[in-house]
Amino acid sequence: MTAARLWRWAAWVLTAVIAVYLVAPMAIVVIISFSDSALLTFPPPGLSLRWYRSLADTPAWRDAILVSLEIMVITAAIATALGTAAAIGLASWRGPLAVAVRSLLMAPLVVPHIISGAAIFLLFDSWGWVGSMHALVFGHTALALPYVVATVGAALETYDRRLDQAALTLGASPRVAFLRITLPLISPGILAGLLFAAMLSFDELIVSLFLSTPQLRTVTVLMWSNVFGDINPEISAIATVILLVSMTLLALQWVLSRRRGPSVMPGLGR
Amino acid sequence: MAVVFALPVGALLMRSASDPVWGLQNFRSLWEEPVYASLIRNTVQISLATTIGCILLAYPFAHVMATQPRLTRLLTLVVLIPFWSSILVRSFAWMVLLQNNGIINESLLWLGVIGQPLELIFNRTGVLIGMVHVLLPFVVFPLYGSIRAMDPALMPAAACLGAGPVRAFLRVQLPLTLPGLATGAVLVFVMALGFFITPALLGGRRDAVIARMIQLQVSQLGDWGMAATLSLVLLVATLLLLGASQLLVRSPARRVAE
Amino acid sequence: MSTPVLELRGVGKRFGQVVAVTGVDLTLDKGEFISFLGPSGSGKTTTLTMVAGLQKPTEGSILLNGQDVVPLPPYRRNIGVVFQHYALFPHMTVAANIAFPLQMRKVPRAEAGQRVEAALKLVGLPGFADRLPSQLSGGQQQRVALARALVYEPPLLLMDEPLGALDKNLRAQMQIEIARLHRDLGITVLYVTHDQEEALVMSDRIAVFNHGRIEQIGRPQALYERPATRFVAGFLGDSTFLAGRVQTLADEKAVVQTAHGVLRGHAATGLRVGGAAIVAVRPERVALLGADDAPRDNTVQGRVSDVIYLGQSRKYVVRLEDGAELLGLQPVGAAGVALSEGAEVRVGWTATDCNVLPAG
Repeated sequence: MTAARLWRWAAWVLTAVIAVYLVAPMAIVVIISFSDSALLTFPPPGLSLRWYRSLADTPAWRDAILVSLEIMVITAAIATALGTAAAIGLASWRGPLAVAVRSLLMAPLVVPHIISGAAIFLLFDSWGWVGSMHALVFGHTALALPYVVATVGAALETYDRRLDQAALTLGASPRVAFLRITLPLISPGILAGLLFAAMLSFDELIVSLFLSTPQLRTVTVLMWSNVFGDINPEISAIATVILLVSMTLLALQWVLSRRRGPSVMPGLGR
Repeated sequence: MAVVFALPVGALLMRSASDPVWGLQNFRSLWEEPVYASLIRNTVQISLATTIGCILLAYPFAHVMATQPRLTRLLTLVVLIPFWSSILVRSFAWMVLLQNNGIINESLLWLGVIGQPLELIFNRTGVLIGMVHVLLPFVVFPLYGSIRAMDPALMPAAACLGAGPVRAFLRVQLPLTLPGLATGAVLVFVMALGFFITPALLGGRRDAVIARMIQLQVSQLGDWGMAATLSLVLLVATLLLLGASQLLVRSPARRVAE
Repeated sequence: MSTPVLELRGVGKRFGQVVAVTGVDLTLDKGEFISFLGPSGSGKTTTLTMVAGLQKPTEGSILLNGQDVVPLPPYRRNIGVVFQHYALFPHMTVAANIAFPLQMRKVPRAEAGQRVEAALKLVGLPGFADRLPSQLSGGQQQRVALARALVYEPPLLLMDEPLGALDKNLRAQMQIEIARLHRDLGITVLYVTHDQEEALVMSDRIAVFNHGRIEQIGRPQALYERPATRFVAGFLGDSTFLAGRVQTLADEKAVVQTAHGVLRGHAATGLRVGGAAIVAVRPERVALLGADDAPRDNTVQGRVSDVIYLGQSRKYVVRLEDGAELLGLQPVGAAGVALSEGAEVRVGWTATDCNVLPAG
């Protein structure tokens, strides 16, 4: 029994260390962003908002954040609409063609982003789209789509088709049955997909790196071009802003899944 | 979707045989030039080390997460926070922490453990610390799932039958959770092969990986032929490993079911 | 005679090469309670879903109040359906579930509210309006499903194994309640079940399904006492079957030569002199004969091989000379021959208590 207890203690201590390893880096970046010093020392000698003020005063940062937010909203909307439609279509579609379409939709999940990015760049460059808003939106949508298809598909899999039949016998047309019964019941899956697509778009760097120009770039691209230089708390501040958006999306997702426990990973549960 | 994704990927891969001229010259240089051999070796080494690191850290964590109901929510959140955070932000955070006058070196110096700063960044160490951090959730979640799916009476039963904790773990829990572990491990290995951001930020200039080279060749050297050849190698490796893991993960699961 | 509520004419359903239902003819009069009884895969549920409109028949026609409804989608048929697993909408309260069909029919809100309340009272769940289905027990969910299917007063109520998921006591209670609702409301019910006792308790008529067709249809007592086929005799209650050959046929009476001597019984249709036949006898019709008792119309001898105590009665197995087994039932506490395993006994039954059926 003492041996078992020893093992348990070891597991607990290790778990605590891993938890710190997982969360501490982000916490430290957030804290440093409030430093009043130009050095990345920790703990900061004093606290101030000077780096946030400096962000707000730099048009390039402001523009990049707004561009990223705009792309995030449009991408999430398009990916959710298309992905939901695709998942519903795929749910009742059998046969080799359906398998092919499904594989195609899910491909961006498997293909390394660096390849996706280079390929999409190759195409959009030939169309003269590089550096445009729609290029970034379509690029992000292609990456986000499989997540929406996966979450909505999972929701449809657990959805009881007999509820549709019941609605039909009670006098609902197929359209009304879909709107009143199916849609509300799969909405957690749709919302999860929406939030995931938003997160993916806002955090996306690799595809954006290929499609951005100095005139139009996302906040991650701008941050990327700054981390190779002299890193200072200003970058911590922008990292904190990016984290804030991610954590807001995570919080929404967390609240959403609260009733059903922590099952938040689309594409992984396969 | 076909237009925005499949078509361009196909067009890109085509260039491995058509750029700058039609032929197998790109594959020949991949085979002959030592720079590519070391590139592939680096990538595989880093991916393997990352996978092993993730497994070693994920197992105790997922175990506590799955067997301590009161901690499950907290620990889930602890994994979800980095999982939902941008890889760029996380890699940047490690740049801050690992640099010569970063918090880790400062603390160790202050404690007197070391006399001069350790080289923690712009080398293998930095890459591995960062990549394990980024990819750990991908092992933790499937592993958590398979530990949870295990009958909670099995380990006490093994103990009653005379197995010590180590034996019980090796003979009962490990085999039963192997499918989850394998799923996560393959996922991590495959993702690590294609990793770009973390090696670029934390790695050494001479310790390049495939993805970094693809980006360099596309955006700076304009060598589409070599970029496409490397992409093809990376994609084929990815698909083969994922396909193999599907078979691998299914068969033990089936054995358990019988 | 008024038009039947439901009429099926030669209804059949094929899935590719597989015949699920074939040649089903049936009329259902207003206020009638009919059960489809049969093993799983016998086509009873498929027939019900075709009536509901959830599947289209590949042949035949379905008439609802004299009108062919085959071309109509389910939502234009105005039929009430209670599903096996209730199919309550989990995101809606009990009241919203019951109000759903009224909304589809554009019933004004105030009236709908009253009718929902009345329906809840009818099924014995007043005060449950604001609960969610997940907060109810299985029996309560069943009642809500019933209320939802009744609230718009459909001319026909279909029920697909509605009590299948409930435990035995609750099932018995719900059987009585459904029978009461049927009687009080005068609704026409088509009820699918694989539980023979349930069918016997509730039905005006029972249609026994086997291999996609109706094997026999009739009142419960007629079906039990005068089964037309070996399948019906075996599916509805217990029977012992003894094979033989028809010697004479006259006035619905048949005399059959068997390995256990000549047996007499009521003749079913489809028999011919010299043809193979099966003598079917119910265990409760078999009497143990004492040494002094006169022989019955049919008397056989054998050795008691098993006695099983059932509380109200004892079931026993008599092994006949050629190895065939005959089931008997003796009420506990009844005077008569003592039962003991291994004893040589004589058993008998009257000709009217026994059916001669065509073989195969």
